Parts: sequence; C-alpha cells; structure tokens
Amino acid sequence: MVGRDYFSPGHRTCAGCGAAIAFRHVLEALGRDVILCQSTGCMEVTTTPYPETSFKVPWIHVLFENAASVASGVKRALLKQGNTHTQVVAIGGDGGMADIGFGAVSGALERNEDIIIIVYDTEAYSNTGLQRSGETPLFAATTTTPAGKKIPGKQEWKKNIAMIAAMHGAKYVATANIAYWQDLQSKVKKAKRLAGGTRFIHVFSPCPVGWHVESCNTVKVARLAVETGLWILYEIENGRLKINYKPTKFAPVEEYFKLQGRFKHVVNNKEAIKLVENHIKETWEEMLRVEREKVNLLKLI
Amino acid sequence: MSEKVIEGSRAIAEAVALCDVKVIAAYPITPQTHIVEALARMHANGEIDCEFVNTEAEFSSISLILGATAAGARSFTATSSQGLALMHEVLFAAAGLRIPLVMVVANRALSAPINIWNDHQDSVSQRDNGWIQIYCESVQEAVDSVIQAYKIAEECLLPTMVCIDGFYLTHVYEPVSIPSKEKVERFLPKFNPKYKLDPEKPLTFGALAFPKDYARIRKQLHEAALRSKEVVGRVNREFHSIFGRKYGNGMVETYGSGETAIIAAGSVCGTIKHFIEHENKKLSLVRIRLFRPFPRREIREALEDKESVIVIDRSVSLGNAGTLFTEVRDVLYEMDKRPKVTNFILGLGGVDVTRKTLRYVIEKHGKVSSGHVEIVEGD
Repeated sequence: MVGRDYFSPGHRTCAGCGAAIAFRHVLEALGRDVILCQSTGCMEVTTTPYPETSFKVPWIHVLFENAASVASGVKRALLKQGNTHTQVVAIGGDGGMADIGFGAVSGALERNEDIIIIVYDTEAYSNTGLQRSGETPLFAATTTTPAGKKIPGKQEWKKNIAMIAAMHGAKYVATANIAYWQDLQSKVKKAKRLAGGTRFIHVFSPCPVGWHVESCNTVKVARLAVETGLWILYEIENGRLKINYKPTKFAPVEEYFKLQGRFKHVVNNKEAIKLVENHIKETWEEMLRVEREKVNLLKLI
Repeated sequence: MSEKVIEGSRAIAEAVALCDVKVIAAYPITPQTHIVEALARMHANGEIDCEFVNTEAEFSSISLILGATAAGARSFTATSSQGLALMHEVLFAAAGLRIPLVMVVANRALSAPINIWNDHQDSVSQRDNGWIQIYCESVQEAVDSVIQAYKIAEECLLPTMVCIDGFYLTHVYEPVSIPSKEKVERFLPKFNPKYKLDPEKPLTFGALAFPKDYARIRKQLHEAALRSKEVVGRVNREFHSIFGRKYGNGMVETYGSGETAIIAAGSVCGTIKHFIEHENKKLSLVRIRLFRPFPRREIREALEDKESVIVIDRSVSLGNAGTLFTEVRDVLYEMDKRPKVTNFILGLGGVDVTRKTLRYVIEKHGKVSSGHVEIVEGD
C-alpha cells in the first residue's frame, strides 16, 4: 500500500506502540495533500529526531498545547493563497489535546475551523512516563495515581472529549480504535470529504509500556476495549449519532483488566468491576436510545 | 502622503493594512484592544483583504499567526502585559523555528497588583527569547516601525516586536503621516519565504534536537540575532530614502550634546527632549530604539565623551536593578574612561514622568555615587 509510505518506518516508538499503528493508518487515509500540525508528545519525539523525520508530508510541531491553533493559522494562510484543497490536520495525544491544549481545541471547534482534529488517546501522559491525564480511566494506576494501600488508582471517570467536541456543534465527530483500522481509515476519509468545518476524531491507542501490557497484546487490548463496551465506536454527523459496531454480548471487564498491569489491583475487586460494568450499561443504553430516537444533538446547543 | 490627526491605535492598524497582511489574530487586552478593533472594522468593511480570527486566548493568537506565517502568509497580532506573558512559551518557539512574525506590544505593567497602565515590564521580561525588540517614541515612529519590522523580520528570519507605550501612544491623537500604498510596496517586498509548509515540497518543522545539535542551532540563532542589528540599521536608511524619515541610526538616537547623558526608551524620551530643550542643555539623551539585539557598540560610541550617565528604566529586575541599567553598565565596563552611572526606575504602572520628576532625578544624580539605584514612586 503506497499510502503507508507517508509515515516512514525507522521511527523510535516502543515495541507494540498503539499510537504508531494509529499514525500509519491515519496518514495512509489522509494521503499526500496534507499538512500535519502536531503537539508535543510520544509521536513527536519518536518520529523527528533531528536531522531525521518519519514524515513524508509537511509537518510542524511547535509546542504541547497549541496544535489546533497552529493548524487554524495554517489553514487560514492556505485559503489566502488560494489553496482550498490541502487538508490541514491538528493531531496530538490526550494530554496535548484534551488537557493542556483543550482551550486551543475548543477555540478551533467554536470557530468551526476547516480542519481535522485527531486525538490519539493513550489514556495518560505516555511521553513523560505515564502520568494521569483527564483521559485516564477510573481505577487505572499511573505514576501519579498509583495503586496505593489507601487509594486504588485514578478516582475519576474518563473525560469524554468526543462528546465535548460534538457539543461544540462540530460537523463530524467520530471515535475510532486501532484494532478496527478499516473503520478508522474510513472515518478519516469521511472526515476529509466533509470539508467546510471542524471534524474531530478520537482514536483509542493503547500504550503497552505504560499500561503494562505485553507488546504483542496491543491490538487485543484495543479490541477488548470495544468488546467490553468501554470504548464505543460511533459517529456524529449533523447532530445524529450512529453506533458503528454493536457487540452482541459484552465481554467481561475482568478480561480487559487482567491483560493490563494498570488494573492489576482491581481485577479481583468485585465492587470496582461492578461499578465499571454498571457505567458501561448505562452509557450503552443511553447511546442506543439517542440513536434509536434520532435525537438531534445539535438541538441541545 | 498627507498628515492627519488620528488615534495611535488606528494609525498602527492602518500601517498593518498597508503591509499586505493575510492573517490577523485578535484577542482583547487593554491598552492594545483599539488596534485589533480598528483592524476588525477595516476587515468588516472590506478595506483589508485578510483572514481575521478572534481567538480564545493570546496563546492561540500567537500560535495561529505562527502557523499562518509558516504556511507562507504574512500575519499580525498585538497584545499587552498579561497577554504577552501568556505567550511566553510560544515566543521562544517562534524565534527557535525562525518564523518571521511581527507583533505590536502596547506596553503595560504586569500583575500583581493588577494594573492596566504603562511601563515596560512586559516586553523587557521577554528580552531573552530571540525576538528583535524596537521601542517607539511617537505614533509616527510606531507606524513606520511596523512597516520596517516586516522587512527586518523576513530578512533575518527572526520575529520582531514593535513596543509602544500603552495609552501614551495607543490612545493619543497625534498628527501622523500615513505612508502611501505605492511607497510601502516599493519598500517592502512580497512575502515569499524560502521554506514553508507545502505539500509540493514536504518539510519537517520543529524536530527534536539532541544536546550537540541543540547547542549548534541555538548558537546559530544567537548569531542571527547579533547580525540582525546591521539589518535594522540598513532598513532605517532605506526607509529614510523612500519616506524621508529616520530614527537615529535605527538602533540608538542621540539628542543634545550635554555632558550628562540620559539613557531611556519609549515615549518618555519625548518628555526628556522637551526637558533638555527648555530647562537643561547640560544634558543629552541617548534613546534606545533597538533593545534586542542590544546595540553595544552604538551605545558605547554615544557615551564616549560623557562625564556621567543616568539610565532611566521603566521596569525592574526584581531583586537586582533596572534591566536597561545593568545592560548599559555592562557596556560601560568595556570603556577606557568609565563614566559615573546611576539608575532611576520611573513610571512604574503608569506613574507620569513629568519635568518635576526629571528635575528630581538630575538633582539626585548629582548627590549620589555611581551605582545608585532608585525606584521613584512619583512626584
């Protein structure tokens, strides 16, 4: 596949890196006529050690928290030069886009900048050694939310950045997962087709080193996130929700937890598992209802 | 070219419009706001053909114009005080990436206590980030410096900050000569960067540099900053040949020939000139127009025959002394005959610097020994 060439091999990501899989597929789907604006993070430091680069498309990294603002400027500059075809993309991890760079992302969404925003979600600050982010799930142990004798990992739910993007009235919002790469690619391609406003894609990308997952199990863990119902694959287009994949029966959360050292301390905690499973059930039922009743989410804003 | 009486901010906006700017990012902060408001009106009325983006923070404004300029469009933003402080991280990155941004800083004090009035603490605190810094004395100079700044920045591949005193210059109505479009086009070439974000010629901007590469790249940046001084001087001469106005040698401007030299920057220099003219011809003024890169040789030459030197700062490096003072004294160290030098920090947070203030400074300078540092709270 020629497209894979846009993200060259030889980069320095860890064995089994989920984000590298995300990048390969995202770049392949985006094609050649693109400018990437990336935030600081794993996928920046591992891909561009001076004077080398993994990117065969124009790429700029400025800082941690401003990828969406830089991309907004790039797009405006292209427009004033008569270039309406090049796809401008802001891409970054959950820390760079949902936490520290959230203001810039929100600003771009509110202005409805004609760009694609992609968040590759490793559910923690992977680049600095796995610290808690707003996207870290409940109970996950990180280096700043360790599984202590008193406090068992993170005490808050994961931030739903995709729904937050949708509530800005974004033209197109989708969740994706590296284990479902065809779905990921088709969503990137669809986002590209739907030019004219901000399109937002939230990609689940396991970090095997940080999550204490065998590097051969990255895709398996990613798939289980969907099979357990913890990660729902959906799209929101013009305010209408569409769930792209509906497991006939959810896999047990224990199965997902037991593959990951970050949940080791709660894998046998029935109360904790029940809490998570109830949350999955409630969210799932509500999502089904929103889809079934064709709720127009744009009417809420 | 005709003179008209307009507000400083409006005049600056007109200068920006003359520079074929394609992307403007705006965020309100006093006393800068009138500049972007004037540009917003021009944009809304179709008088300027550009993208006008209202961002959610100054951090995004500067990031947005960085992206726009990296993609080949001449851009603009303006800020003050807290907004500039918020941009701090991006300012270093812009210089390190060699993106020739131009920004107007309407100088204002920094919190706390919160204060909207003028001093130079905001931009002086950004002296080490690789930006060229030009300080203006009048609205006319602000207009001319904006036009010059694009030429300087784009030739040196260094971002350039035009610093103008908040309220004293942003809100004042003065007779200003707005240059003609035709002359500006003759002076300022089209923005056509050699390196830009372009799918036809993919480049990587903002790579990770390991220690040796980092040190080499930073050294190149420092050398570029030092070299840019010559460009500032040359652009000042070129500007003079087309528009008939110049500002000293572009770096420093001297006024009067008295044996005691006052060194200062910004609009307070107008007051000092007036004071010299009408009250005390034993004084002379060395106005610092270019603060970064620091014009060491030009300052030394201007002070060569002076008996004593008074450095007036509009900011203070807390726990040490006025910033300009420490830098001027550093230059004096290289001189065979070192004059006496004192430091008076005036006009913090908008305290007016009056003739009475200057009388006090001159008298006190005569009584104290070299190295005296004093913050004057007001008359």
